[in-house]
Amino acid sequence: MATGTSLLITSGRILDPSQGLELAGDLFIQAGQVAWTAPAGQRAPEGQYATLDARGLVVSPGFIDLHCHLREPGYEDKETIATGTLAAARGGFTTVCAMPNTEPPLDTAASVEYLLRKAQQEGHVRVLPVGCITRGRKGKQLVEMAELAAAGVVGFSDDGDPVADAYIMRMALTYGVPFGLPVINHCQDPALSRIGAMHEGWTASRLGLKGIPAEAEEVMAARDIELAALTGGWLHLAHISTAGALELVRRARERGLRVTAEVTPHHLVLTDEWVMGLRGEGGSFGFAQERPFDPLTLAAYDTNAKVNPPLRTRRDTSALLQGLKEGVIDAIATDHAPHTAVDKTCTFDEAAFGISGLETAFGLLMALVHRGDLSLATLIERLTVGPARLLGARGQLLGSLQAGAQGDVAVLDPDAEWVVDPQGFASKGKNTPLAGARLKGKVMATVVGGRVVYQDKLAKAPG
Amino acid sequence: MRTVRARETRIPPDQAQAGWRKRHVLDLDDFTREEIALVLSTAQAMKGILRRAVKKAPTLRGKTVITLFYEPSTRTRASFETAGKILSADVINLSAGGSSIEKGESLLDTALTLQAMAADALVIRHPHSGAPYFVARHMTSTSVINAGDGTHAHPTQALLDLFTVQEHLGTLEGRRVLIVGDIAHSRVARSDLWGLTRVGAQVVLCGPPTLMPWDLLKGREGTPGHPFASVEVELDLDRAVEGADVVIVLRLQKERQEAGLLPSLREYARLWQVNEARLARERPSALLMHPGPMNEGVEISPGVAHSAQSAIEQQVTNGVAVRMALLYLLCAPREAV
Repeated sequence: MATGTSLLITSGRILDPSQGLELAGDLFIQAGQVAWTAPAGQRAPEGQYATLDARGLVVSPGFIDLHCHLREPGYEDKETIATGTLAAARGGFTTVCAMPNTEPPLDTAASVEYLLRKAQQEGHVRVLPVGCITRGRKGKQLVEMAELAAAGVVGFSDDGDPVADAYIMRMALTYGVPFGLPVINHCQDPALSRIGAMHEGWTASRLGLKGIPAEAEEVMAARDIELAALTGGWLHLAHISTAGALELVRRARERGLRVTAEVTPHHLVLTDEWVMGLRGEGGSFGFAQERPFDPLTLAAYDTNAKVNPPLRTRRDTSALLQGLKEGVIDAIATDHAPHTAVDKTCTFDEAAFGISGLETAFGLLMALVHRGDLSLATLIERLTVGPARLLGARGQLLGSLQAGAQGDVAVLDPDAEWVVDPQGFASKGKNTPLAGARLKGKVMATVVGGRVVYQDKLAKAPG
Repeated sequence: MRTVRARETRIPPDQAQAGWRKRHVLDLDDFTREEIALVLSTAQAMKGILRRAVKKAPTLRGKTVITLFYEPSTRTRASFETAGKILSADVINLSAGGSSIEKGESLLDTALTLQAMAADALVIRHPHSGAPYFVARHMTSTSVINAGDGTHAHPTQALLDLFTVQEHLGTLEGRRVLIVGDIAHSRVARSDLWGLTRVGAQVVLCGPPTLMPWDLLKGREGTPGHPFASVEVELDLDRAVEGADVVIVLRLQKERQEAGLLPSLREYARLWQVNEARLARERPSALLMHPGPMNEGVEISPGVAHSAQSAIEQQVTNGVAVRMALLYLLCAPREAV
């Protein structure tokens, strides 16, 4: 990552929820850090600098993704740090937290250091590592948390799998207290979700597919919340997907427990009907009246809609959105999960779980803004300040355009219309149910430490 | 030496195929009443060929039908093979064992290979729901017939069931049809549900509560447009049999007990076995059907299976006729035979 780069972003609509700032003006980044913001044209920077014309565009702090699978080391055919971080840049993300279900997993300082070094050499955006909770993610023995904390992890997770053993989870929460880092659980009761391929409900039954009931997530979330209460540890619930889980988080917060939660863009907008190939009319993403009783078409059994936790119902997406707005959910995280074409070009039962989401996150979320269900400011807050607060010391200079913050910026056009073309993704993962969908809202440029790491080809070149 | 020439099938092509728009047969949910009627009337004509001394018609001469079965099957595959051969098609049977599927060749690659060999119809049975949809999505010239996918659908079985009921009772409209057994895991039951409700039959479902597809039936009373709005669920078999014109008995897989869904086959048989005592008490004249193969002594008693009201063997014959009809509708050349 280049340090010491200076950049003047001009004539943008600066929107910084961390300060409650909304200003039509210029933003100056000096030597990689935010120097000042000012009404357009009123202040001239000193020294050498590049410029970026943001006329008609929103200038926001760069997004932070708490939950992202870069697949390296071990699964480089699905993604690498280089391709994954370039995808992040195209999505407006200037910091990503890399989940540790790599091969080898990030359960030792050596593997964390490998990741950090690779990210330093090849990453296009900032990469923060998440360490495993248990050795090898096997769920049996805790990792050396102090060692991993010293190596720089921002949290612990066996994501991909839950911590099935309640005793181990209790120990992880207890032991983790001194480090001030969250224990992040992927809540999914193994026995209740055994061979499930999608949300258990009408659609699964219609398709003859085994379901993962909402209760599989909720029983473990409830368990973990009680353990958080018991231990005083910090529990973070990864990618919550049900109205019931949201309710549990809400009550945990009311009890004053240290419980935080994230939600993915797809769990806020898409439903299990997408597996049937139903998408709603003209980009309305199922907001319009669906027709679940219509005969199945050849678009049914869309493996790109196979994800864990699964896409659920409109009742769940509405509840999660409400929770997001109220702040019960702290942050939006993509759970970017790239897979090869081979892993997805097969029957639904055989297909891998996961959506490649970094490059469509903003566009998909903007559907909520355009529908009037979410303000742009709140959306940006949950992508910037929300995640930054969960990163503790590491997050203090992120997610903000205050003077002294890292010069990480996303330049956005909330109204630009574009069609999702996965073959044009920077990510190796082309697996998105949004292929061919028309989105309204696009990332036009991304800046990390003052350096432009991504610019849409239609935007003006920095001069 | 006299040559015996098979009499040609006189199904007027215009009439038969004019009503037929499908490229694939994947499930009955997309069949209109007219399309179902067309299949059944075509099957009726095909049955005429089955009764001849020389069971041969040149209708599908030069057409290639390939069966691709990833699950074991006796009757369905033999039924398709017979159907194709009677119509003079070249029929090739592939199964998972003994083919490059064992070497890991993917389902899609296999299907594309067979399409490249100019297969006109691909009959697929696969343990994963949706597999035929996945294959059909990639076919440009080959028709796909679903011979059973996971727990999702078995359209040809449902069509032969409809044909059998119609043959015995004259009409399906308003008939009370009881389906007993493991409904949730039965692709036969699911396709029967679509077919029977489409033609106006009254469907009653009976079986253990752990084996009932509650999600599929959810909202059927309250939701407008629900395809199964009229379907009844009655868990008590003695009550369910009341007034039934037809009883379709489903095979109970012994694995359900191992999966924790049932305490024992013994208890299942006590509560849900279709036997003489139950049928005699309630509806001695009900038509009895079973898709086969049967677990005699579990879901059905041997006496009932071989009784006078059993149409099980006719089902098998009708299966060939229905499959002949489908192969004809999908593959026969448009000009007069």
